[in-house]
Amino acid sequence: MTGKQPFEAVVARHGTTVLRVCRAVLGPADADDAWSETFLSAMRAYPDLPEGANIEAWLVTIAHRKAIDVTRAAARRPLPLAQTPDGATGAGADNPGQAVGLGIGSDLADAVAKLPAKQRQAVAYHYLAGLPYADIAAIIGGSADAARRAAADGIAALRRAFPGATKEPTHERRGQ
Amino acid sequence: MTADELASELAQAFPSDSNDLARLHARLTSAAQRDGILDVAYRTVDSPVGPLLLATTEAGLVRIGYASEDHDAVLQSLADRISPRVLNAPSRLEAPARELGEYFTGRRRSFDLPLDWRLAAGFRRAVLSHLPEIGYGQTASYAAVAGLAGNPRAIRAAASACATNPLPIVVPCHRVIYSDGRIGNYLGGPEAKRTLLSLEAAA
Repeated sequence: MTGKQPFEAVVARHGTTVLRVCRAVLGPADADDAWSETFLSAMRAYPDLPEGANIEAWLVTIAHRKAIDVTRAAARRPLPLAQTPDGATGAGADNPGQAVGLGIGSDLADAVAKLPAKQRQAVAYHYLAGLPYADIAAIIGGSADAARRAAADGIAALRRAFPGATKEPTHERRGQ
Repeated sequence: MTADELASELAQAFPSDSNDLARLHARLTSAAQRDGILDVAYRTVDSPVGPLLLATTEAGLVRIGYASEDHDAVLQSLADRISPRVLNAPSRLEAPARELGEYFTGRRRSFDLPLDWRLAAGFRRAVLSHLPEIGYGQTASYAAVAGLAGNPRAIRAAASACATNPLPIVVPCHRVIYSDGRIGNYLGGPEAKRTLLSLEAAA
Protein backbone atom coordinates (compact mmCIF):
# COMPACT_ATOMS: atom_id res chain seq x y z
CA MET A 1 0.00 0.00 0.00
CA THR A 2 1.34 3.40 -0.95
CA GLY A 3 -0.23 6.46 0.63
CA LYS A 4 0.88 10.04 0.89
CA GLN A 5 4.38 10.88 -0.17
CA PRO A 6 6.79 12.04 2.57
CA PHE A 7 6.25 15.73 3.41
CA GLU A 8 9.86 16.36 2.37
CA ALA A 9 8.78 15.65 -1.21
CA VAL A 10 5.96 18.19 -0.90
CA VAL A 11 8.43 20.86 0.21
CA ALA A 12 10.86 19.93 -2.57
CA ARG A 13 8.17 19.99 -5.24
CA HIS A 14 6.19 23.08 -4.18
CA GLY A 15 8.52 25.17 -2.01
CA THR A 16 9.77 27.33 -4.87
CA THR A 17 6.33 28.15 -6.24
CA VAL A 18 4.92 28.98 -2.82
CA LEU A 19 7.85 31.31 -2.12
CA ARG A 20 7.30 33.14 -5.44
CA VAL A 21 3.60 33.48 -4.60
CA CYS A 22 4.35 34.80 -1.10
CA ARG A 23 6.83 37.31 -2.55
CA ALA A 24 4.35 38.49 -5.17
CA VAL A 25 1.44 38.79 -2.75
CA LEU A 26 3.32 40.22 0.26
CA GLY A 27 6.60 41.66 -0.95
CA PRO A 28 10.01 40.26 -0.07
CA ALA A 29 10.20 41.36 3.58
CA ASP A 30 7.26 39.30 4.84
CA ALA A 31 7.43 36.44 2.35
CA ASP A 32 9.72 34.28 4.52
CA ASP A 33 7.31 34.46 7.46
CA ALA A 34 4.34 33.58 5.26
CA TRP A 35 6.20 30.66 3.62
CA SER A 36 7.28 29.29 7.00
CA GLU A 37 3.81 29.59 8.50
CA THR A 38 2.30 28.00 5.39
CA PHE A 39 4.49 24.90 5.41
CA LEU A 40 4.35 24.48 9.19
CA SER A 41 0.57 24.64 9.09
CA ALA A 42 0.44 22.34 6.05
CA MET A 43 2.72 19.80 7.74
CA ARG A 44 0.50 19.78 10.81
CA ALA A 45 -2.61 19.07 8.73
CA TYR A 46 -0.93 16.82 6.15
CA PRO A 47 -1.89 13.43 7.65
CA ASP A 48 -5.58 14.42 7.42
CA LEU A 49 -5.42 15.76 3.85
CA PRO A 50 -7.70 13.58 1.69
CA GLU A 51 -5.96 11.24 -0.74
CA GLY A 52 -5.76 12.70 -4.22
CA ALA A 53 -6.21 16.31 -3.09
CA ASN A 54 -4.60 18.98 -5.29
CA ILE A 55 -1.59 19.77 -3.11
CA GLU A 56 -0.58 22.98 -4.91
CA ALA A 57 -4.09 24.47 -4.59
CA TRP A 58 -4.17 23.38 -0.93
CA LEU A 59 -0.81 25.06 -0.23
CA VAL A 60 -1.82 28.27 -2.00
CA THR A 61 -5.05 28.33 0.00
CA ILE A 62 -3.04 28.12 3.23
CA ALA A 63 -0.53 30.69 1.95
CA HIS A 64 -3.39 33.06 1.13
CA ARG A 65 -4.66 32.90 4.73
CA LYS A 66 -1.16 33.21 6.17
CA ALA A 67 -0.47 36.23 3.97
CA ILE A 68 -3.55 37.92 5.39
CA ASP A 69 -2.34 37.13 8.93
CA VAL A 70 1.13 38.46 8.16
CA THR A 71 -0.31 41.64 6.62
CA ARG A 72 -2.49 42.24 9.67
CA ALA A 73 0.47 41.71 11.99
CA ALA A 74 2.55 44.09 9.88
CA ALA A 75 -0.21 46.72 10.09
CA ARG A 76 -0.02 46.55 13.88
CA ARG A 77 3.71 47.15 13.91
CA PRO A 78 5.00 50.74 14.34
CA LEU A 79 5.05 52.57 11.02
CA PRO A 80 8.23 53.28 9.15
CA LEU A 81 8.79 57.03 8.85
CA ALA A 82 8.29 57.05 5.11
CA GLN A 83 4.77 55.75 5.39
CA THR A 84 1.65 57.87 5.58
CA PRO A 85 -0.73 57.38 8.50
CA ASP A 86 -3.32 56.03 6.04
CA GLY A 87 -1.08 53.04 5.47
CA ALA A 88 -1.70 51.85 9.00
CA THR A 89 -5.43 51.39 8.66
CA GLY A 90 -5.47 48.56 6.18
CA ALA A 91 -4.11 50.06 3.00
CA GLY A 92 -1.09 47.87 3.62
CA ALA A 93 -3.03 44.90 2.37
CA ASP A 94 -3.48 46.68 -0.93
CA ASN A 95 0.06 47.84 -1.27
CA PRO A 96 2.59 45.45 0.19
CA GLY A 97 5.69 46.86 -1.45
CA GLN A 98 5.04 50.23 0.05
CA ALA A 99 3.65 48.90 3.29
CA VAL A 100 7.00 47.37 4.11
CA GLY A 101 8.87 50.36 2.76
CA LEU A 102 10.57 48.50 -0.06
CA GLY A 103 11.26 50.02 -3.40
CA ILE A 104 13.86 47.47 -4.47
CA GLY A 105 13.37 44.64 -6.89
CA SER A 106 12.47 44.68 -10.53
CA ASP A 107 10.13 47.21 -12.11
CA LEU A 108 7.67 44.41 -12.69
CA ALA A 109 7.76 43.41 -9.02
CA ASP A 110 7.09 47.04 -8.08
CA ALA A 111 4.19 47.19 -10.50
CA VAL A 112 2.73 43.99 -9.02
CA ALA A 113 3.08 45.46 -5.53
CA LYS A 114 0.99 48.45 -6.59
CA LEU A 115 -1.94 46.35 -7.81
CA PRO A 116 -5.08 46.15 -5.68
CA ALA A 117 -4.99 43.03 -3.46
CA LYS A 118 -7.55 40.95 -5.43
CA GLN A 119 -5.80 41.60 -8.74
CA ARG A 120 -2.39 40.85 -7.26
CA GLN A 121 -3.66 37.61 -5.74
CA ALA A 122 -5.42 36.52 -8.94
CA VAL A 123 -2.29 37.25 -11.01
CA ALA A 124 0.00 35.42 -8.55
CA TYR A 125 -2.23 32.37 -8.13
CA HIS A 126 -2.86 32.01 -11.86
CA TYR A 127 0.45 33.00 -13.43
CA LEU A 128 2.90 31.89 -10.72
CA ALA A 129 1.06 28.93 -9.15
CA GLY A 130 -0.76 27.92 -12.33
CA LEU A 131 -4.14 27.48 -10.65
CA PRO A 132 -7.32 27.54 -12.73
CA TYR A 133 -9.72 30.40 -12.03
CA ALA A 134 -12.27 28.13 -10.36
CA ASP A 135 -9.67 27.21 -7.71
CA ILE A 136 -8.67 30.86 -7.36
CA ALA A 137 -12.30 31.88 -6.81
CA ALA A 138 -12.55 29.32 -4.02
CA ILE A 139 -9.50 30.90 -2.38
CA ILE A 140 -10.20 34.63 -2.76
CA GLY A 141 -14.01 34.52 -2.89
CA GLY A 142 -16.40 35.44 -5.69
CA SER A 143 -16.95 33.65 -8.97
CA ALA A 144 -14.44 32.13 -11.37
CA ASP A 145 -15.38 34.85 -13.86
CA ALA A 146 -14.64 37.53 -11.27
CA ALA A 147 -11.25 35.92 -10.59
CA ARG A 148 -10.54 35.84 -14.32
CA ARG A 149 -11.49 39.54 -14.63
CA ALA A 150 -9.32 40.44 -11.63
CA ALA A 151 -6.34 38.72 -13.24
CA ALA A 152 -7.05 40.35 -16.61
CA ASP A 153 -7.37 43.79 -15.01
CA GLY A 154 -4.14 43.17 -13.12
CA ILE A 155 -2.29 42.13 -16.27
CA ALA A 156 -3.63 45.19 -18.13
CA ALA A 157 -2.39 47.44 -15.31
CA LEU A 158 1.02 45.72 -15.37
CA ARG A 159 1.28 46.30 -19.13
CA ARG A 160 0.53 49.99 -18.61
CA ALA A 161 2.87 50.39 -15.64
CA PHE A 162 5.72 48.23 -16.85
CA PRO A 163 6.75 48.99 -20.43
CA GLY A 164 8.87 45.85 -20.66
CA ALA A 165 5.72 43.78 -20.39
CA THR A 166 4.18 45.41 -23.46
CA LYS A 167 5.57 43.59 -26.43
CA GLU A 168 2.91 44.52 -28.93
CA PRO A 169 4.37 42.79 -32.00
CA THR A 170 4.36 39.44 -30.21
CA HIS A 171 0.97 40.18 -28.83
CA GLU A 172 -0.52 41.01 -32.26
CA ARG A 173 1.18 38.21 -34.13
CA ARG A 174 -0.18 35.62 -31.76
CA GLY A 175 -3.60 37.19 -31.97
CA GLN A 176 -4.09 37.23 -28.25
CA MET B 1 3.16 38.92 -24.82
CA THR B 2 1.75 35.44 -24.35
CA ALA B 3 0.55 34.00 -21.08
CA ASP B 4 3.61 31.76 -20.92
CA GLU B 5 5.97 34.70 -21.46
CA LEU B 6 4.12 36.68 -18.83
CA ALA B 7 4.37 33.79 -16.38
CA SER B 8 8.08 33.55 -17.05
CA GLU B 9 8.57 37.34 -16.59
CA LEU B 10 6.69 37.16 -13.30
CA ALA B 11 8.72 34.17 -12.12
CA GLN B 12 11.89 36.19 -12.78
CA ALA B 13 10.46 39.21 -10.96
CA PHE B 14 9.85 37.04 -7.88
CA PRO B 15 12.93 34.84 -7.74
CA SER B 16 13.29 31.82 -5.49
CA ASP B 17 16.67 30.12 -5.46
CA SER B 18 18.14 27.10 -3.71
CA ASN B 19 19.73 29.24 -0.97
CA ASP B 20 16.33 30.69 -0.11
CA LEU B 21 14.80 27.24 0.01
CA ALA B 22 17.64 25.80 2.11
CA ARG B 23 17.26 28.61 4.65
CA LEU B 24 13.48 28.21 4.80
CA HIS B 25 13.77 24.42 5.00
CA ALA B 26 16.04 24.72 8.05
CA ARG B 27 13.57 27.11 9.65
CA LEU B 28 10.68 24.72 8.93
CA THR B 29 12.60 21.80 10.41
CA SER B 30 13.30 23.55 13.69
CA ALA B 31 9.74 24.90 13.96
CA ALA B 32 8.29 21.44 13.24
CA GLN B 33 10.53 19.91 15.87
CA ARG B 34 9.62 22.62 18.39
CA ASP B 35 5.92 21.92 17.76
CA GLY B 36 6.36 18.16 18.02
CA ILE B 37 5.14 17.40 14.49
CA LEU B 38 8.41 16.15 12.99
CA ASP B 39 7.39 12.49 13.24
CA VAL B 40 10.23 11.07 11.14
CA ALA B 41 13.59 12.83 10.59
CA TYR B 42 16.15 11.42 8.18
CA ARG B 43 19.51 11.99 6.60
CA THR B 44 21.97 10.03 4.49
CA VAL B 45 25.59 9.23 5.34
CA ASP B 46 28.35 7.82 3.16
CA SER B 47 29.95 4.58 4.28
CA PRO B 48 32.18 1.74 3.02
CA VAL B 49 28.96 -0.17 2.24
CA GLY B 50 27.49 2.70 0.22
CA PRO B 51 25.18 5.56 1.15
CA LEU B 52 23.01 4.75 4.16
CA LEU B 53 19.65 6.29 4.95
CA LEU B 54 19.17 6.93 8.70
CA ALA B 55 15.70 7.69 10.04
CA THR B 56 14.60 8.48 13.57
CA THR B 57 11.37 9.09 15.48
CA GLU B 58 11.02 10.79 18.84
CA ALA B 59 11.61 7.35 20.39
CA GLY B 60 14.90 6.65 18.64
CA LEU B 61 16.56 5.34 15.51
CA VAL B 62 13.86 3.49 13.56
CA ARG B 63 15.40 2.58 10.19
CA ILE B 64 18.72 2.21 8.43
CA GLY B 65 18.35 1.73 4.69
CA TYR B 66 20.87 0.47 2.12
CA ALA B 67 20.99 2.08 -1.31
CA SER B 68 20.00 -1.32 -2.75
CA GLU B 69 16.67 -0.96 -0.96
CA ASP B 70 16.07 2.37 -2.83
CA HIS B 71 16.05 5.23 -0.32
CA ASP B 72 12.97 6.82 -1.87
CA ALA B 73 11.09 3.56 -1.44
CA VAL B 74 12.27 3.31 2.17
CA LEU B 75 11.07 6.88 2.87
CA GLN B 76 7.72 6.08 1.27
CA SER B 77 7.34 3.02 3.48
CA LEU B 78 8.16 5.13 6.56
CA ALA B 79 5.48 7.62 5.46
CA ASP B 80 3.01 4.75 5.05
CA ARG B 81 3.84 2.85 8.24
CA ILE B 82 4.70 5.65 10.71
CA SER B 83 3.64 9.09 9.47
CA PRO B 84 3.89 11.16 6.28
CA ARG B 85 5.32 14.02 8.37
CA VAL B 86 8.84 13.19 7.20
CA LEU B 87 11.63 15.76 6.76
CA ASN B 88 15.30 15.66 5.86
CA ALA B 89 16.74 16.90 9.17
CA PRO B 90 20.41 15.95 9.58
CA SER B 91 20.76 17.66 12.96
CA ARG B 92 18.32 15.15 14.49
CA LEU B 93 20.66 12.30 13.49
CA GLU B 94 24.02 13.54 14.65
CA ALA B 95 24.54 10.79 17.25
CA PRO B 96 23.77 7.84 14.94
CA ALA B 97 25.88 9.39 12.15
CA ARG B 98 28.80 9.86 14.56
CA GLU B 99 28.60 6.35 16.00
CA LEU B 100 28.41 4.76 12.55
CA GLY B 101 31.43 6.82 11.48
CA GLU B 102 33.33 5.51 14.52
CA TYR B 103 32.23 1.95 13.74
CA PHE B 104 33.39 2.13 10.14
CA THR B 105 36.81 3.43 11.20
CA GLY B 106 37.20 0.60 13.71
CA ARG B 107 36.91 2.83 16.77
CA ARG B 108 33.52 1.55 17.96
CA ARG B 109 32.50 -2.03 18.77
CA SER B 110 28.95 -1.53 20.01
CA PHE B 111 26.28 1.09 19.61
CA ASP B 112 24.82 3.21 22.34
CA LEU B 113 21.71 4.61 20.70
CA PRO B 114 18.02 4.70 21.62
CA LEU B 115 16.22 2.40 19.16
CA ASP B 116 12.60 2.49 18.05
CA TRP B 117 11.62 -1.13 17.38
CA ARG B 118 8.17 -0.44 15.95
CA LEU B 119 9.01 -1.78 12.49
CA ALA B 120 9.72 -5.26 13.88
CA ALA B 121 7.11 -7.32 15.71
CA GLY B 122 6.60 -10.68 17.38
CA PHE B 123 9.19 -13.41 16.99
CA ARG B 124 11.17 -11.36 14.49
CA ARG B 125 11.58 -8.62 17.05
CA ALA B 126 12.58 -11.18 19.68
CA VAL B 127 15.27 -12.51 17.34
CA LEU B 128 16.58 -9.03 16.50
CA SER B 129 16.67 -7.94 20.12
CA HIS B 130 19.11 -10.79 20.87
CA LEU B 131 21.52 -10.06 18.00
CA PRO B 132 23.62 -7.54 19.97
CA GLU B 133 24.61 -10.52 22.17
CA ILE B 134 26.75 -11.77 19.28
CA GLY B 135 29.95 -9.93 20.01
CA TYR B 136 31.89 -7.70 17.65
CA GLY B 137 33.96 -9.81 15.25
CA GLN B 138 32.01 -12.98 16.12
CA THR B 139 29.44 -14.88 14.09
CA ALA B 140 26.51 -17.10 15.04
CA SER B 141 24.36 -19.53 13.07
CA TYR B 142 20.71 -18.96 12.28
CA ALA B 143 19.96 -21.97 14.52
CA ALA B 144 21.86 -20.43 17.43
CA VAL B 145 20.01 -17.15 16.97
CA ALA B 146 16.66 -18.95 16.90
CA GLY B 147 17.71 -20.56 20.17
CA LEU B 148 18.60 -17.19 21.71
CA ALA B 149 15.07 -16.06 20.90
CA GLY B 150 13.65 -19.11 22.68
CA ASN B 151 12.77 -21.40 19.77
CA PRO B 152 15.81 -23.31 18.43
CA ARG B 153 13.73 -24.97 15.70
CA ALA B 154 12.55 -21.68 14.17
CA ILE B 155 15.57 -21.41 11.90
CA ARG B 156 13.61 -20.20 8.91
CA ALA B 157 11.85 -17.56 11.01
CA ALA B 158 15.19 -16.42 12.40
CA ALA B 159 16.56 -16.05 8.87
CA SER B 160 13.46 -14.12 7.89
CA ALA B 161 13.90 -11.80 10.90
CA CYS B 162 17.47 -11.06 9.79
CA ALA B 163 16.37 -10.50 6.20
CA THR B 164 13.86 -7.87 7.29
CA ASN B 165 15.95 -6.18 9.98
CA PRO B 166 14.93 -2.50 9.94
CA LEU B 167 18.17 -1.49 11.71
CA PRO B 168 21.04 -3.31 9.98
CA ILE B 169 24.62 -2.73 11.19
CA VAL B 170 23.43 -1.27 14.53
CA VAL B 171 21.44 -4.48 15.12
CA PRO B 172 24.13 -6.83 13.79
CA CYS B 173 22.30 -9.29 11.57
CA HIS B 174 25.45 -9.39 9.43
CA ARG B 175 27.00 -11.59 12.16
CA VAL B 176 24.49 -14.36 11.47
CA ILE B 177 25.67 -16.95 8.91
CA TYR B 178 24.92 -20.55 7.99
CA SER B 179 26.34 -23.21 10.28
CA ASP B 180 28.33 -24.64 7.33
CA GLY B 181 30.13 -21.29 6.98
CA ARG B 182 28.21 -19.95 3.96
CA ILE B 183 27.67 -16.26 4.41
CA GLY B 184 23.98 -16.22 3.53
CA ASN B 185 21.84 -13.44 2.22
CA TYR B 186 21.89 -9.85 3.39
CA LEU B 187 19.54 -6.98 2.65
CA GLY B 188 22.51 -4.80 1.72
CA GLY B 189 23.82 -7.56 -0.56
CA PRO B 190 26.37 -10.31 0.26
CA GLU B 191 29.24 -7.97 -0.62
CA ALA B 192 28.18 -5.53 2.12
CA LYS B 193 27.95 -8.40 4.59
CA ARG B 194 31.49 -9.54 3.70
CA THR B 195 32.75 -5.95 4.05
CA LEU B 196 31.28 -5.64 7.57
CA LEU B 197 32.62 -9.03 8.69
CA SER B 198 36.13 -8.33 7.41
CA LEU B 199 36.07 -4.85 8.95
CA GLU B 200 35.29 -6.42 12.32
CA ALA B 201 37.82 -9.21 11.84
CA ALA B 202 40.58 -6.69 11.09
CA ALA B 203 39.90 -4.24 13.91
